[in-house]
Amino acid sequence: MTQIILDKQIANDEWILVADDAPLSSNKEVINFSRWAAAEGADKDALVTKRDAGTLGIQLNAGDTADLLANESQGFALINVEFPKFADGRGYSAARLLRERFGYTGQLRAVGDVLFDQLFFMMRCGFNAMAMRADQDLDLAVKGFETFSAPYQADVNDTRPLFRRRS
Amino acid sequence: MYVYDDFDQRIINERVAQFQDQMNRYLDGKIPEEEFLPLRLQNGIYVQRYAPMLRIAVPYGMLNSQQLRKMAEIARDYDRGYAHFSTRQNLQYNWPKLEECPEILGKLAEVQMHAVQTSGNCIRNTTTDEYAGVIAEELVDPRPYCEIIRQWSTFHPEFAFLPRKFKIAVNSVEGADRAATRMHDVGIQIIRNDAGELGYRVYAGGGLGRTPILSSVVREFLPEEDLLTYLDAIIRVYNQFGRRDNKYKARIKILVKALGVERFSELVEAEWEHLKDGDGKLPSEELERIKSHFTEPDYLALEADPSTYTDALASDKAFARWVERNVRAHKKPGYAVATFALKQKGTAPGDVTDSQIFAFADLADKYSFGEARSTHQQNLVLADVEQAKLYALWQEAKALGLATPTLGLLTDMICCPGGDFCALANAKSLPIAEALQNEFDDLDYLHDLGDIDLNISGCMNACGHHHIGNIGILGVDKKGEEFYQVSLGGASGEDAAVGKILGPSFARNRMAEIIRTILDVYVDQRIDGESFIETFRRIGMDAFKAAVYPAKDSQAKA
Repeated sequence: MTQIILDKQIANDEWILVADDAPLSSNKEVINFSRWAAAEGADKDALVTKRDAGTLGIQLNAGDTADLLANESQGFALINVEFPKFADGRGYSAARLLRERFGYTGQLRAVGDVLFDQLFFMMRCGFNAMAMRADQDLDLAVKGFETFSAPYQADVNDTRPLFRRRS
Repeated sequence: MYVYDDFDQRIINERVAQFQDQMNRYLDGKIPEEEFLPLRLQNGIYVQRYAPMLRIAVPYGMLNSQQLRKMAEIARDYDRGYAHFSTRQNLQYNWPKLEECPEILGKLAEVQMHAVQTSGNCIRNTTTDEYAGVIAEELVDPRPYCEIIRQWSTFHPEFAFLPRKFKIAVNSVEGADRAATRMHDVGIQIIRNDAGELGYRVYAGGGLGRTPILSSVVREFLPEEDLLTYLDAIIRVYNQFGRRDNKYKARIKILVKALGVERFSELVEAEWEHLKDGDGKLPSEELERIKSHFTEPDYLALEADPSTYTDALASDKAFARWVERNVRAHKKPGYAVATFALKQKGTAPGDVTDSQIFAFADLADKYSFGEARSTHQQNLVLADVEQAKLYALWQEAKALGLATPTLGLLTDMICCPGGDFCALANAKSLPIAEALQNEFDDLDYLHDLGDIDLNISGCMNACGHHHIGNIGILGVDKKGEEFYQVSLGGASGEDAAVGKILGPSFARNRMAEIIRTILDVYVDQRIDGESFIETFRRIGMDAFKAAVYPAKDSQAKA
């Protein structure tokens, strides 16, 4: 089973990303946002039922902004945010918006080109899970959350900027 | 100036440890080259033609003498005995060893300095007026706002991987803009509204580079306490919607242009609605805390223009000439602001030696409360000098080669390191600067020409700000040969403008002659007291074109 980082620990990945044309089962499965957005009628009903059963995750791919999902996000057990390249920082804004604006409290997972030196930023933007690129060292990765002990800005874990924490 | 507390110091110390670890993993082969690239860039390290270049942040240009000495030490111990001031008021070393960079950062951290976000696609060093805090005409001191922005932008978790670099400038003088505010991704003009409340006019979408654009107003008045939430809103819009498919179209200026400033502003305002009443709003205690670091030094009650000073002006022509160009009025009677041009003949603009920096630190201690500033024109400033001591200061500076009386004149040019050092450059820029310094070394002629901004960039990236020079020179590559394109009419102040291209480009060996021809047109056509840019605006491009490209070879392309 593939391993991921979940809540700063190494964990087994219980989820599978399924292709857009593949049938769904009762397992924990992730679909692309585009499939969710395009579904209508009975197809959509089936997805909603699966979502409400806690076995449907959704993946925002490059270019899918968080507002497309908005408050609908709240029903999912898992949201993946794809980083197509590590230098593509759109996913950081997506994560913050999901957490801070749209009230998402389930597992929020960074997927794709996820590398050690991004982990601290990702954690601060609200990701609690990271599916790291295959060549990354997970034993090292769990140490990537301690880089700075008291950063300047507010973040998802502490809404107070340093200027409200200083004294 | 701002002094770190334990929190600030810890962040910088932790940064040194983080970068040391990144460097170790890179040297061990655990981080491939292309993934190390943004990590080293966010720490100001470029790999240049001969060696890595390390760019040190000088936040909004402020330096104390202890920091200057540390910079000199590093130039001596890790470089070849010199350093280079850049157009972002930063300091660059051209010859450090890559593996020694973390050690250099450790030394800088000892004096509250760093290289954080001096490059890369993130929020860069915020710049402002080099005369901040000491001139009567400013509304308020802009530096506290720059420091607030510095802290907010340092390792901002959401904005470390923007589509492209992001530069912010702050100006607090109505009618003068020494920070080139409207050429920035975001420009902050500090203003008061009709009710007398302090706030900002916010501009976005300016920039140099391949597509030079002046910024547009996004918001006419933003209250003082809303600075950071509004910046968050602007950059969040940019981070989500800025182009990432083409690095030449990735700056915020392209997004603002594509959406139109009205639509862009709507998006920002809609985003800000969610943020403005949150914890990001600046409490008055924080504004006061930061402002309390920028209080006035212990000025003496002095009379203006003491006789020791006026006597020296009357008796020493060379001193008077330096004062005329390089010294400006201070808000306190009996004090003056002195600028030291780093534009000596035979050295690259902005270059200083370790011994010059050590000596300059001593001058700062002796004459200016231990503080100094760097400018975006690549010069140094002592901002709080007693007029009565200017003559002695000038003599000491002269001995150091730092008293060229040419501030604002033709030879006070802005120039990037160019093809001699920079791997991005299409052409060398330093030999052009040197040729012009040699061609125009007659001080009487230079003073007669008066104010002219001549800016040189070795490529489109425009580090030498060629677009906003009254005369701009851009290095271009034509089938492997270096040519130079001239533009006229650019300006960087309150009446900022992007220069227009004069015509086909020239070979390097013709540049001095071409500039001479352009200046001849100005001298010939000017009406009493007109500066170069004023004459250009009145007579237009054609007169210059006709002189530079005579009819018989107007078809000939260089």
